[in-house]
Amino acid sequence: MSIAIATGLYGISFGALGVASGLSVLQTVALSLLMFTGGSQFAFIGVLGGGGSAAAATAAAALLGIRNAVYGMQLNAMFGPRGWRRFAAAQITIDESTATASGQTDRREQRRGFWTAGLGVFVLWNVFTAVGAFAGNALGDPKQWGLDGAAVAAFLGLLWPRLKGREPVAIAVVCALATVLAVPFLPPGIPILVAALVAAVLGWVSHARAESGRLLAVEGLEPDVDPYSQRGRDRGARVGSPEAGPGGADASATGSAGTGPGEDGPPHDAGPVRGPEEGAS
Amino acid sequence: MSLWFWVLLACAVAYATKLLGYLVPRRWMQNERMTRIAGTVTIGLLASLTAVNAVASGQALTFDARIGSLVAAAAALVLRAPFLVVVLVGAAAAAGLRLLGWG
Repeated sequence: MSIAIATGLYGISFGALGVASGLSVLQTVALSLLMFTGGSQFAFIGVLGGGGSAAAATAAAALLGIRNAVYGMQLNAMFGPRGWRRFAAAQITIDESTATASGQTDRREQRRGFWTAGLGVFVLWNVFTAVGAFAGNALGDPKQWGLDGAAVAAFLGLLWPRLKGREPVAIAVVCALATVLAVPFLPPGIPILVAALVAAVLGWVSHARAESGRLLAVEGLEPDVDPYSQRGRDRGARVGSPEAGPGGADASATGSAGTGPGEDGPPHDAGPVRGPEEGAS
Repeated sequence: MSLWFWVLLACAVAYATKLLGYLVPRRWMQNERMTRIAGTVTIGLLASLTAVNAVASGQALTFDARIGSLVAAAAALVLRAPFLVVVLVGAAAAAGLRLLGWG
């Protein structure tokens, strides 16, 4: 229920901000229907709203969607949908549905949780995006209503739950600074991609450092779901058997790992489906 | 029309990314470095998008009512407000500051 309300309200804000960024109502609705992953959708309209090119918006959305591939791996290991279901499952592979599935230990319950949450959020997200888009269209000047300020708040709200520990904070600060420094020198939208590159380099370097002896898993740094939850946190287990168990074993371990998927939700990266209230992605 | 092209392309890429997770062989996903980079890139992009939306106007850096939104949103988050409240607070801050004649 709380997911429904959160999704609805978040959908409305996406719809309104989408129209404010310069998309038509139909294009805004198309994003929710076809892209259906909140973080990427917000990135797309965020770049456009900042005056960036559509190509840069597409690149930012694509990069922010990478974590969904990790979710797909996780879900595939959990209950492995077959045939046409696999293609339908892919579309509703988002923060909320992955989080709900990971919260279950029984394979059948995982499957049921995934489809229920995924389809439920899909319907609500799209209905409320349309409501928001039409409302935004009727509002007139988006600045008068502070919609550009709402976008700032939305991105900070998506980022916030991930800032656990010193390393994620440092990465966020460095990337924000790199962006601001790049803005005057590069076309709009490109500074965001520069920040992505900086973040990737930092991830590469810090991985190398972690590999040389430090604890690998750092809160907030990992994607929301560990495809193979045995790894990382427990180095010992990794040496023993990289694949501790398909399906069930993995899922329960994921549920208890600090970086649960609930922490951020796509279409709305906004709300944790279950668990701590820190979530919004 | 060309905006439609990019909208649809971005959607196609997003779907392909999701599907990829179901199609790749298992051992590919055990690359810790790639999972870690996926995590840092997500943080970097969100931080960057926050910064751009707060201070960029095209290629210029401006300090206007959106800074108020940033501060207000951060305060709301510190107080553990839910996402939607954070967004509303951000909008109210910018709208309010403009009403007062700033930004």
